[in-house]
Amino acid sequence: MTIRHHLSDDLLVSYAAGSLAEGWSLAVATHLALCPECRKRLALAEDIGGELLDTAKASDDVTSSWAAVRQRLADPVAAEAPRAAPAGRREDGLPEPLRSYLGGDIDTLRWRSLGRGAYQIRIPTADSETQVRLLRIPAGKPVPEHGHGGRELTLVLTGSFADGDDLFARGDIEDADASLTHQPIATPGEDCICLAVTDAPLRFRSWIVRAIQPILGI
Amino acid sequence: MVEMRRPTESDATPSMAALLVAVGARRDVEAFEALFRHFAPRVKAYMARLAGDSHLAEELMQETMVAVWNKADRFDPAKGAASTWIFTIARNLRIDAFRRDNRPDFDPNDPAFVQDDVAPADEMFESQEVSAQLHLAMASLPEEQVALLKLAFFEDRSHSAIATSLNMPLGTVKSRLRLAFAKLRAALDRNGDAS
Repeated sequence: MTIRHHLSDDLLVSYAAGSLAEGWSLAVATHLALCPECRKRLALAEDIGGELLDTAKASDDVTSSWAAVRQRLADPVAAEAPRAAPAGRREDGLPEPLRSYLGGDIDTLRWRSLGRGAYQIRIPTADSETQVRLLRIPAGKPVPEHGHGGRELTLVLTGSFADGDDLFARGDIEDADASLTHQPIATPGEDCICLAVTDAPLRFRSWIVRAIQPILGI
Repeated sequence: MVEMRRPTESDATPSMAALLVAVGARRDVEAFEALFRHFAPRVKAYMARLAGDSHLAEELMQETMVAVWNKADRFDPAKGAASTWIFTIARNLRIDAFRRDNRPDFDPNDPAFVQDDVAPADEMFESQEVSAQLHLAMASLPEEQVALLKLAFFEDRSHSAIATSLNMPLGTVKSRLRLAFAKLRAALDRNGDAS
C-alpha cells in the first residue's frame, strides 16, 4: 500500500499538541494507523512539544511538591486491563481507533440509505465542532452532495475515488476547504467506503440553509 | 566548532533519558528526584497555561510526575527523548482535565495497523543525537516561528483561534508552522540518515 495523500503539518501539530477536536482527531489517528510516514512526522511534532517543555521557563521552587510526590511513590498502582482482541479483526478491515467508534468491522455495520445507492453511518463524538460520518459510495458514482462551508477531511478505507486528476485509495486523506470545489467520484469496480469529517454545518451555513436542513436530513 | 551539549546536562550528570531508564529499571528514587527537579516546574508551567489557578496546576503537575514514576518502565530511549515522553503524558492528563471531548489514538497491536517499513535498530544513540540536534535547530528558528509553536503547543487553542488572537490570516499561521516544521525536518535530515 502506497499512500500518496498525507496529513498537513497543521493537522499534525494540532494533534500532537492535543488541541485538535475529537472529530478531526479521529480521521488523523486513523490515517496514522495506516501511514508509517506520517507517524514519523508525528514523532517530530511531539519532539517539538518535548523540546518546548524542556526549555520552558521554570521559576517555581518545587521542594514542597517533591515532599508531597515522594510520599505517593509507594502507592499501589491499578493495573491497566489489557485491551481485549475482539473477534473478526482483520488486516484489510477498519483500523483503530475508528473501529471502536463504529462498534465493529466493515461487515457488521448498519448502513442508512442516502438514496441513489449511497449509504452513511453517523459517528457521534463529544465535540460540537465537527460532524463525522462513514460514507459508502457506489462504484463509479459521485459522492453525494453533503454540503459543507468549511473544512472537510475524507479518509479512504476501501475502494478508491478520483477527484479531478487525483486518485485517493486506502489510507489516502483529502483535506479540502471551502475555497476548493471538488467532486469526488468512486472508481468503477468497487464501492468506496470513506470517513468524512466536516465542520459542524450550523457554524457556517446561512440561516436559510439552516432552516431547510432538517427537511433535507443532511 | 558547535557545542552539542544540552544546557541542562554536563558530562558529569547523566542525561534525562538515562535517569528515566534508571527509574524504570530500578525504581531509583534519586534519579527520579533529579528528573522531578528539572521537569516538575516546567510541567507546572505547562498546566498553568490553562489552569491559571496555581492549586490546580500543582495538582496536575503532581499527577503527571506520579504517572512518570509509575510508567517509567515503558519508556524506550530508542524511540525518543525523555522530554517528549513526559510531554505526551502531561498533554494527555491536561486533555482529560480540560476538554470534554476525547483524543482518539491508534493502536500498534491492531491487525489493521500498518507497521513501520524498517524496524528501528540500535537507535538509542541516534534518538539522543536527534534530540540534541532538534535543540540546536529550534534555537536557530526565527523568534516569530518559535512564538507560534509555543502558542500551538501550550495553549489549548485551534489554529484559527490563534490566528484571530494574533490578528493574522489563518493561512499565515499555517504557512509559518509549515515553514518551521520544514526547517526542523531539514536540519535533522542533514545530520542524520537522510530518508
